[in-house]
Amino acid sequence: MSEEMKIAKVMDLKGLPCPMPILKVNKGIKEVEIGQVIEVWSTDPGSLSDFPSWARTRGHQILKTDQNGDVTRFYVQRIV
Amino acid sequence: MQNIEAQIEALQSQIAAMDKKIPSNKISMIVFSGDMDKVLAAFVIATGAVAMGMEVVMFFTFWGTPILRDKTKKAGGKDTMGKMFGAMLPKGTCEVKLSKMNMGGMGTAMMKSLMKKKNVASLDQMMEMAEEFGVQIFVCEMSMDLMGFNREEMIDYSGLSYCGVATFLEQANDSKIQLFI
Repeated sequence: MSEEMKIAKVMDLKGLPCPMPILKVNKGIKEVEIGQVIEVWSTDPGSLSDFPSWARTRGHQILKTDQNGDVTRFYVQRIV
Repeated sequence: MQNIEAQIEALQSQIAAMDKKIPSNKISMIVFSGDMDKVLAAFVIATGAVAMGMEVVMFFTFWGTPILRDKTKKAGGKDTMGKMFGAMLPKGTCEVKLSKMNMGGMGTAMMKSLMKKKNVASLDQMMEMAEEFGVQIFVCEMSMDLMGFNREEMIDYSGLSYCGVATFLEQANDSKIQLFI
């Protein structure tokens, strides 16, 4: 994803285990407009599998996943 | 021509009948167990299901029922058996134990402190979230009666009501997922 991707909101969910990251991102995505992108930081290893599952089920799109050490950054676009 | 019209009508009624057979995007859970770990898992699934866009109904029966008691509330007018059950069964979330490795309460205490250290939500926190998310809780009327519990001693939870087996079956019949925990 290019540098010009606009981030509407950053959510720092570091240190939160399952199921919190999914509950929080589900709430957070509703707080931005359709089409906007949120950046979510998670240290929960389960998030790597959970975020795509959640996004597929809810109809949102994960534009990019950045793994850096323990922290994974998800760039999620609100579609619906 | 009339024949075609009749056929269309028959097809339409068939489609309507099929529509009724498609279950809602709902999960129905029976919480039978009164173990801390199992009930915690039930609430993790319940809150997670809400995040996945599902409607959630939980039915508490047998050993799951005492978890919904409020330790700060008192209920009078119980007979001897009711008093005995009331004293022996856990009163709310803080008295529930692990299903394994309880070790006279030591294991449960260790697990609780570990959960805190690892930021894992407690049963109380999970229940609070479930309430906020609109998770519906049904309590088995027969278990309440059997164990001698009064409605006055149950927790304040906005989506809590009392029911029998038919209510569960109706909900389960209209759910994509049914779990027994």
